Amino acid sequence: MKFKALTAIAALIVAPGLAMADPDDDTMIINGEVEMITKTAVPEHMSDTAVSELMSGWHFRSDETQALQMDDFDNPGMIFVDEGMAQWETVEGTEGNSCASCHEDPSSMKGVRAVYPKWNEDAGEVRTLAMQINACRTENMGAEPYKYTGGEMANMEALIALQSRGMPINVAIDGPVADVWEQGKELYYTRTGQLELSCANCHEDNYGNMIRADHLSQGQINGFPTYRLKNAKLNTVHARFKGCVRDTRAETFKPGGPEFTALELYVASRGNGLSVEGPSVRN
Amino acid sequence: MEFTRRETLAVGAAAVVATALPLPALASTDDAIAAFTGGADVADGGVDLDAPEIAENGNTVPIEVGAEGAVSIMVLAAGNPTPGVATFNFGPMAGATRAKTRIRLAGTQDVVAVAKMADGSFAKTSKTVKVTIGGCGG
Amino acid sequence: MAKGVRPRVKVPKSASAGDVITIKCLISHKMESGQRKDKDGNKIPRSIINNFTCTFNGETVIDVKMEPAISTNPYFEFDAKVPESGEFKFVWNDDDGSVYEETKAIEAA
Repeated sequence: MKFKALTAIAALIVAPGLAMADPDDDTMIINGEVEMITKTAVPEHMSDTAVSELMSGWHFRSDETQALQMDDFDNPGMIFVDEGMAQWETVEGTEGNSCASCHEDPSSMKGVRAVYPKWNEDAGEVRTLAMQINACRTENMGAEPYKYTGGEMANMEALIALQSRGMPINVAIDGPVADVWEQGKELYYTRTGQLELSCANCHEDNYGNMIRADHLSQGQINGFPTYRLKNAKLNTVHARFKGCVRDTRAETFKPGGPEFTALELYVASRGNGLSVEGPSVRN
Repeated sequence: MEFTRRETLAVGAAAVVATALPLPALASTDDAIAAFTGGADVADGGVDLDAPEIAENGNTVPIEVGAEGAVSIMVLAAGNPTPGVATFNFGPMAGATRAKTRIRLAGTQDVVAVAKMADGSFAKTSKTVKVTIGGCGG
Repeated sequence: MAKGVRPRVKVPKSASAGDVITIKCLISHKMESGQRKDKDGNKIPRSIINNFTCTFNGETVIDVKMEPAISTNPYFEFDAKVPESGEFKFVWNDDDGSVYEETKAIEAA
């Protein structure tokens, strides 16, 4: 695969010099009502990085794509929120429960998306939102877990994320999660694959530059799950991580596994202060 | 995946042939227009066609078509494997003869909108939309 | 019926008689084009919604013939007259014979 690898590397080296792809200064106001925080100061823990300002991936998209997220009817991701709502009210499993049996209206989930992944004291582990959803299903409903990056999981995550829309991401990085957070940070800066790229090589060192014909963003995950024009469906965080690692031509970690859970915690913390956007729209 | 010189030449020759062969698609675009108009003359212009100059992803390209006095508007993508996209037929309760949708474009190409007017005449507008390739994942 | 098909329609709840309103419609559907191949190289058969209509009190607003070049989760936006109170009916026709319907009432003052 020498030919293709060289091409890919050449694209990485040449493109930044040829075309800058600066993020824009547009303001995201959803439905003409909710103003979102899409740029904000870097959190304390990133003070030794080259990132001068946090920016939502929304700023790196074309006006047409940006517009799709600013109206809940134009946003195709919202159709999957409707699906998620149907799932919320559906009784499944041996206990005769639906999500609504315990949590009533999904508005009870307000604030949840903003603080995940977080420590679960009873389980003694860091849990992503997807892990918590599946824990609820298996422990409280006696139902089968959703496939970790599957459509039903994405629908439910979108429904829950929407309840926190506009709230700043605020994941804890100290206390019991500190070790896992450090592990995630190490993964973020570790080069993988035949292309020997770390997350940081693209999303910290080169955001704002082009990678082939696409704009490199900061790789923020505040907008997940995200509706991608590319595959016309909601995409989960771990599915995106898997795609990114695969593109470095590495064997990827398992979605839902400890490596990606640690990485999600760390990457989420790099967005502390940006609004929850899910379900966002990206290319 | 290392190309020998001979293979490289073959690839190059194939590329030349490929670029010289947009004819089938073009012909079927003409066929589609002829089927729509019944072979009548088509005036250039007079149809509003809004599409991005550069589409961020060819899978979902927002477009808007409109033509005052139209009874129907056919949209074609001249460079797709089959050129048909949609035909909008406006009824008596239409508030305006315009519509928006989202379409698939297989690559950089011309999008064509042909309007059939209430008086039986036809008009046509086309616009080139550049479709970019993706990032590292393609 | 194709799996997971769900229509969404946005129509104002009220309008003044004689107004022109904007309607938006979205339906979740794969719109399998017939051009793609599966992992074994076999063509995945075409399976799309091939027609969409909107009527108001039985009279046509718009009738759209759809081809495989319409994107996944088809979206339409168009304008309709509202001469009186009544009902908009939306109908999507699937290649497999399924019909998906939605209705929205509107008050015209």
